[in-house]
Amino acid sequence: MADEVTLLDYWLSPFGMRVKIALAEKEVKYEYSEQNLMNRKSDLLLKMNPVYKKIPVLVHNGKPVCESLIILQYIDAVWKGKAPLLPSDPYERAQSMFWADFIDRKVHDISKKLWTTKGEELEAAKKDFFECLELLERELGEKPYFGGEALGYVDIALLPFSCGFYTYETIGDFSIEAQFPKIRAWVDRCLKKESVAKSLAEPAKVHGFILETRKGLGFD
Amino acid sequence: MDEREYNMAEEVKVFSTWASPFALRVIWALKLKGVEFDTVHEDLINKSPLLLQYNPIHKKVPVLVHDGKVICESLVILEYIDETWKQNPLLPEDPHQKANARFWAKFGDDKVMQSIGGGVLLKEGKEQEEGFAASMENLKYLEDEIRGKKFFGGETIGLADIALGWLAHYLDIVEEIVGLKLIDQEKFPSLAAWKQEFANAPIIRENWPDRDKLATKYVAMREANLGKGTPK
Repeated sequence: MADEVTLLDYWLSPFGMRVKIALAEKEVKYEYSEQNLMNRKSDLLLKMNPVYKKIPVLVHNGKPVCESLIILQYIDAVWKGKAPLLPSDPYERAQSMFWADFIDRKVHDISKKLWTTKGEELEAAKKDFFECLELLERELGEKPYFGGEALGYVDIALLPFSCGFYTYETIGDFSIEAQFPKIRAWVDRCLKKESVAKSLAEPAKVHGFILETRKGLGFD
Repeated sequence: MDEREYNMAEEVKVFSTWASPFALRVIWALKLKGVEFDTVHEDLINKSPLLLQYNPIHKKVPVLVHDGKVICESLVILEYIDETWKQNPLLPEDPHQKANARFWAKFGDDKVMQSIGGGVLLKEGKEQEEGFAASMENLKYLEDEIRGKKFFGGETIGLADIALGWLAHYLDIVEEIVGLKLIDQEKFPSLAAWKQEFANAPIIRENWPDRDKLATKYVAMREANLGKGTPK
């Protein structure tokens, strides 16, 4: 029986992008269902994610999986034959899970502050952001990917936030390439992969959207 | 192998504090699997250099050290434990059921603990009312999930039970302090039944932290947050 896979997503969501990369890496055929979060939430979304009512949701043969990192682990367990996302060794797996958790706890909230604050708050957010990138750059070290020789769970967890880098740099007046060259090089290396390139939103589109939102919030 | 060599064959240490519900998860998991370990008791006001070395990023407990390998973050540690010591599995084999268990464990931390700890224990007045309403909403989801099951894990204690287990002891203390009933037998009969079952389960029941000590601690936390009490 053929697998039926649907992804409920929103183009701007970094969490949805994670799932798109993973499905592409595993060469899983799926139906993409854009959920317009500006409108009323669809019945399908409410049915598949009644608790959070959020995307992404992966629906596999009628059964939903919610929460992006949990979805990544699910994808890795189900489609085992290709492109393992997590290491098989329990300790290495734990390290990957730790860093993905760190990214969830820190990077998302801090990076949002980079375009929703100004003055002292913005300076504080920049400081926090730099601290995060410093830790991540140290973790990456000389490896081509956080996953080692191949793209893995941590890479996928972090990559979507790179769509906003141009915006953060422009608003915050700093350069990731100058301060964190390894991270910049890592992003560029990952973008060479089709699974990543076709899954991430275009930085220019993200930039446009964020600028519009900022106008609405009373910035600029 | 002589006895000395055997004991050195596997060294398991847990850095914990007496009150931490997160560290308690790790202790439960190891005991449920019959794994021998040593506990390093930390004082969070005076963290040991070793803890800071092992968990430089979060500087928190629990930390698991297994034969020199360091693992931080309680839910990550639980997964490591389950993969390393296969007896009495905490997670099912089926990927979808596994995902479900992880979902509820995460929901517990992200939503339930936030609404009850941050929203009810540490607040008063209107803010507490809002926290209470949010908590009831969150508990309803748990009620729907546990209905018809002995444990979140099914017939045996699983990852979600361990992650949500604090509700079976710590919550009583919160309820007493704020004078509000959250897991009401009438409103949440299945969750109330699970609470009893879990609180009295072997291993679980032998490891709860002291109620009075916890009450003192939580009252102090509440008063500090509300701006009352003597500043230290």
